[in-house]
Amino acid sequence: MAVTEAQAAGTGQHPEQGLSHPVTSTGLSNEKIAMWAFLGSECLLFGALISTYLLYRGRSVAGPFPHDVYDIPYTSVSSFVLLMSSLTMVLALAAMQRRDQRRMRVWLVTTALLGATFIGGQVYEFTVFYRAGLSLHQNLFGSSFFVLTGFHGAHVTIGILMLLSLFTISAKGRLADNRVETVELIGLYWHFVDVVWIVIFTMVYLIPGVK
Amino acid sequence: MSSTTHDEAFSSPDAAMESPEPGVEEHYPDEWQYIKVALILFAITMAEVGIYYISGAERAIISLMAVMMIAKFTLVALYFMHLRFDSKLFRRLFVTGIILAVAVYLIALSSLHVFQR
Repeated sequence: MAVTEAQAAGTGQHPEQGLSHPVTSTGLSNEKIAMWAFLGSECLLFGALISTYLLYRGRSVAGPFPHDVYDIPYTSVSSFVLLMSSLTMVLALAAMQRRDQRRMRVWLVTTALLGATFIGGQVYEFTVFYRAGLSLHQNLFGSSFFVLTGFHGAHVTIGILMLLSLFTISAKGRLADNRVETVELIGLYWHFVDVVWIVIFTMVYLIPGVK
Repeated sequence: MSSTTHDEAFSSPDAAMESPEPGVEEHYPDEWQYIKVALILFAITMAEVGIYYISGAERAIISLMAVMMIAKFTLVALYFMHLRFDSKLFRRLFVTGIILAVAVYLIALSSLHVFQR
């Protein structure tokens, strides 16, 4: 994209380098670097929660135990829904790159709906588990399971709020066509919660139940 | 001090944060490639659930599940998060976080004899 000197003067862009973000020492967008650094640090947070679950696995002295409450087919469908939301998110980004905001909004709402479906499924699962006698205080499995999946669910909920905010801003015509990176940053966060679920689904749901 | 309001800054075509660097987004996959990746992810998930119900060969099944999990993680990170196409610095930041997390928690869990149970 050509950047005139007048534009560059107002935005900090470098007219000769043709950068689409302010000139930085790395030549990369600071916002994107910050998002990747944040996601790198989130690996440590979820690593701690998953490790805690693994540490307490099989150490509960009172039930319910994982095999008493897990419903693998149900959780598989939830996982599929979240995986597909990653697809709709990249399709929203692709639409934004084509400057097609109307289609981007369609994909954003689809992504938010899939995310809401996942959260709805998680709320239902928590309710079923609670009625089966599993609570945060019942045993080590309950504590570590609810904290881990609850933190993940909170991240998904924040992602949904970001998607809906972006949808509203775009619908009001306040999102310039060239702000592709805004969509990309929210997409990065969304894909991150998806990859975290990929790990949780295998480590927490599938592997402990292997006979 | 800039007189630009937040709304103006957000909607202005000259806003500081615009599209990715020129030459980067052209290398992103097209929509069909995204759909192909999603189909592969779907197939791996179905395979994961399928082998969950196989009895016996516990170690082999757990190893296979771990490989499938890593494959899914990698596909999403490389294609949906564009780590394959973007600057290597982003990859380094993310991989550093993963390596740090895996190393720290493997050491912690090993010291607590989790893998000997």
